[in-house]
Amino acid sequence: MTKQQANWSPYDNNGGTCVAIAGADYCVIAADTRMSSGYNILTRDYSKIIQLADKSVMASSGFQADVRALQKVLASRHLLYQHQHNKQMSCPAMAQLLSNTLYYKRFFPYYAFNVLGGLDNEGKGCVFTYDAVGSYERVGYSSQGSGSTLITPFLDNQLKSPSPLLLPAKDAVTPLSEAEAIDLVKTCFASATERDIYTGDKLEIIVLNASGIRQEYMELRKD
Amino acid sequence: MFRNQYDTDVTTWSPAGRLFQVEYAMEAVKQGSAAIGLRSKSHVVLACVNKANSELSSHQKKIFKVDDHIGVAIAGLTADGRVLSRYMRNECINYFYTYESQLPVGRLVVQLADKAQVCTQRSWKRPFGVGLLVGGLDESGAHLYYNCPSGNYFEYQAFAIGSRSQAAKTYLERKFESFMGSSRENLIKDALFALRETLQGEKLTSSVCTIAVVGIGEAFHILDQETVQALINEFEIAGEEAAAPDQAGVDEPPAAAAGDQAAPGDEGAAPMDM
Repeated sequence: MTKQQANWSPYDNNGGTCVAIAGADYCVIAADTRMSSGYNILTRDYSKIIQLADKSVMASSGFQADVRALQKVLASRHLLYQHQHNKQMSCPAMAQLLSNTLYYKRFFPYYAFNVLGGLDNEGKGCVFTYDAVGSYERVGYSSQGSGSTLITPFLDNQLKSPSPLLLPAKDAVTPLSEAEAIDLVKTCFASATERDIYTGDKLEIIVLNASGIRQEYMELRKD
Repeated sequence: MFRNQYDTDVTTWSPAGRLFQVEYAMEAVKQGSAAIGLRSKSHVVLACVNKANSELSSHQKKIFKVDDHIGVAIAGLTADGRVLSRYMRNECINYFYTYESQLPVGRLVVQLADKAQVCTQRSWKRPFGVGLLVGGLDESGAHLYYNCPSGNYFEYQAFAIGSRSQAAKTYLERKFESFMGSSRENLIKDALFALRETLQGEKLTSSVCTIAVVGIGEAFHILDQETVQALINEFEIAGEEAAAPDQAGVDEPPAAAAGDQAAPGDEGAAPMDM
């Protein structure tokens, strides 16, 4: 009599890829809009990105139900913060909050792979990258999700100076201009879409800089 | 109201069927500095007098944002008011988390009233010593409510609480019929005029008052000092030094019976809730 194994999992992976790049005075956060389950596409038009505060934008791939729950918790906590402190949360503060929120569920984790992007207190771009239980680090760029293994080596090569390949990183952020960074992101996704079946349909790009926030879309292959 | 043998506990009834501790709590509201609320079909304006204890200190915060669509002005024990504001904020946040829509104002005031009632029926608690003017917007329009320490609440077109609020109420009673159709600017103007009535001849400047507005398409926010001063100047409400006719004799009688609005001079009767 063999031990019965669980045949039901509370998790599912809805696929998708997220990327963020920090610049001297801007931050680019991007994610595809395909939501899948196994070999099926659930929808081609689902946003994985949410603006949590004036200067903090989070993109998350993984199990979207958990992602949505996580987004709601963070939004509520931010509202509470605003009531108590009479100001918006800074990006580094939000980064710590996200880490704590994830670790809070250390023994039944949010199946969410997050990338937090924004502007720090000095107006410089910042990107924080996470694992599912809240381990995080400030970096100059990051990629998470099904296409991350294809994108990360490419970014290491293109964004040489903030790359941890030359440890310690030469610069905290990339010296690229905003337009160059956006172009690079589009290239990343176009390539990832070719080889990763879970990435495609449309690319949503959010750009955060001193003048505010901007949104752009680009079509990706739908196969 | 005079001290008697039935006023030690909130859980002791008097032979006349009154809970004196609750009534004493309502007295605390009357001692606080004035707070005024008015509403039209699409906006609610809250205004209050900000008196600092001394020139050296800052003045107390009496208007709190509860959510984008609700704000509250308090009179009485401001510490109690702060605690209740925090409760209201939490309720709004939790409601939005569950239902992804704004908590209707009417529901919030009921929860607040029930919370206040609990403190009138426990021997180890005391009633909240603060009156709250809750102004907010929901699907059914703009609303203004008054929440009492007794656990009662009423909806109003316009209302004033705190010291010398009778002067403001007299002004509001004259003008209230026009409020429903008022524009936002006129509503604020009427709030400033009503506020001036409570100052009894003192000059109305933006440093002694706080104004907050919420309306359709306008999240609850407190107007900054420059805006308020500009409005005061525009409406030329700086105020007269001589007492105006309608201010004569409306100071709260210090120890007399029935509160501001009930039948005067009837000491035996329980004051009908404000």
